[in-house]
Amino acid sequence: MKELNINGLKVQLDDEGYLTDSSQWNEDIAKAIAAEDGIELTDKHMEVLKYLRDVFNKGETLTIRKVGKSGIVNIKEFYKLFPKGPLKLASKFAGLQKPSSCV
Amino acid sequence: MKKIVILGAGTAGTMMLNKLHNLLDKEEWELTIVDEYKTHYYQPGFLFIPFGIYKKQDVIKPKYDFFPPGTNAIFSKIDRVEGENNKVYLENGKVLNYDFLIIATGTQTRPEETPGLKDKLWYKDIFDFYTVEGAVALHKKFKDWEGGELVLCISEVPYKCPVAPLEFVFLAEAYFTKKGIRDKVNITYVTPMSGAFTKPVATKMLSELLEEKNIKIIPDFYLEKVDNENKKIISYDEREIPFDVLTIVPVNMGNDMVERSGLGDDMNFVRTDKFTLQSKDFENIFVLGDAANIPTSKAGSVAHFAGEILTENLLSAMEGRPMTAKFDGHANCYIETGYGKGALIDFNYDTEPLPGTFPLPGIGPFGLLKNTKINHYGKIMFRWIYWHMLLKGRELPIEANMTMAGKKKELI
Repeated sequence: MKELNINGLKVQLDDEGYLTDSSQWNEDIAKAIAAEDGIELTDKHMEVLKYLRDVFNKGETLTIRKVGKSGIVNIKEFYKLFPKGPLKLASKFAGLQKPSSCV
Repeated sequence: MKKIVILGAGTAGTMMLNKLHNLLDKEEWELTIVDEYKTHYYQPGFLFIPFGIYKKQDVIKPKYDFFPPGTNAIFSKIDRVEGENNKVYLENGKVLNYDFLIIATGTQTRPEETPGLKDKLWYKDIFDFYTVEGAVALHKKFKDWEGGELVLCISEVPYKCPVAPLEFVFLAEAYFTKKGIRDKVNITYVTPMSGAFTKPVATKMLSELLEEKNIKIIPDFYLEKVDNENKKIISYDEREIPFDVLTIVPVNMGNDMVERSGLGDDMNFVRTDKFTLQSKDFENIFVLGDAANIPTSKAGSVAHFAGEILTENLLSAMEGRPMTAKFDGHANCYIETGYGKGALIDFNYDTEPLPGTFPLPGIGPFGLLKNTKINHYGKIMFRWIYWHMLLKGRELPIEANMTMAGKKKELI
């Protein structure tokens, strides 16, 4: 467990750095979490994060392919914005739980 | 006369047909099943074909063999469902009306979704084992293959039978050892997931097994394309893995009919309530098996367990009662590990696979997350159970929803 203090609002992160209460999320929290991983969020990043939250809140499963079809970024751009594990990283910055494929 | 129509006569659809045939008053209800193809495949058997354990004739039978007498079966492609008007349009021009519809059109492999996959090396050095054609072609390749880089790559999640690729590499390891050329074969397991499995306890057990068998795992690899000239697979973040033989799990998508009907997500899986198994768009449409977008495994065991819940809910809906049965995502999968042994996992939406015994607490006979001979026999016996009991909708001595009895909870 880790605690971040963002403009006076205290938020909890789990051991892997994911926000424990997704409803607390805002852009400043996203920037603070991303900064922990050394990434500075641009408007494009933010657009992807908001898309992920929308999809997630509709109860749909997030996949890299879905993001690639979103019209916001293609898959290659998604990898460039969120290197290595884009869905894991983007979910973390979006304040969502760690994606687990349904296996 | 009221009408129930089932779309798809695979494992899920055929099971529902038999269950409902036994339960419905035939004076009151007319039952129709529609499928494009006349052959039923025992899909769990495909895995054994490349290694010469099963032959093609072991896994195919006519669909008619599993339909109850007097079944109203239509063999035609399905054009689309019009949920607002309770109609199904078939490609042969027929229009079916329904009071209740069950969609069980499954999932299909789509190699054409990946550039370079279905190209000049297809069925020469690149194979799938999710079709009987691919499995048979791979068997021919393996017979006189002298070794090299054997790469198994999963293109996308979700895919049908999540443990099958693991079973494939375990069986390949045993096959080439028996052939005496294991030292000439490097086996690599490439997955877009972060490990051998998604859940921690099972991942640990399966990773150890991979390591013990000297199978290399490359996680977080998301396949973009195949380079046929240089025989390499390339990920979106530009990592490359060379292969001599590539066994691929192609992208899986639901039937195009789902897209034409406007009932699906972007992978053509039907938007489904994960508890009631109803379509999210229409109350009188139910979804069973791989066709549904519910967050559990795409596997026959899931279709079997969900089928019991769906039957209960459908009967309630038919009589205008509230639906009370809730599916928990129960899956139960044998994992062949080679050398006559196997492992078994049992899990649901909320509980990851845990060690223990199954189905009887403390007794078994099957061991959960253990590599034993008896688990392998379970898998072998299963083919008989599948043809003679499962498809015919007979009761099996396993509860539809998962039980914690026999599982070791302290590991969570």
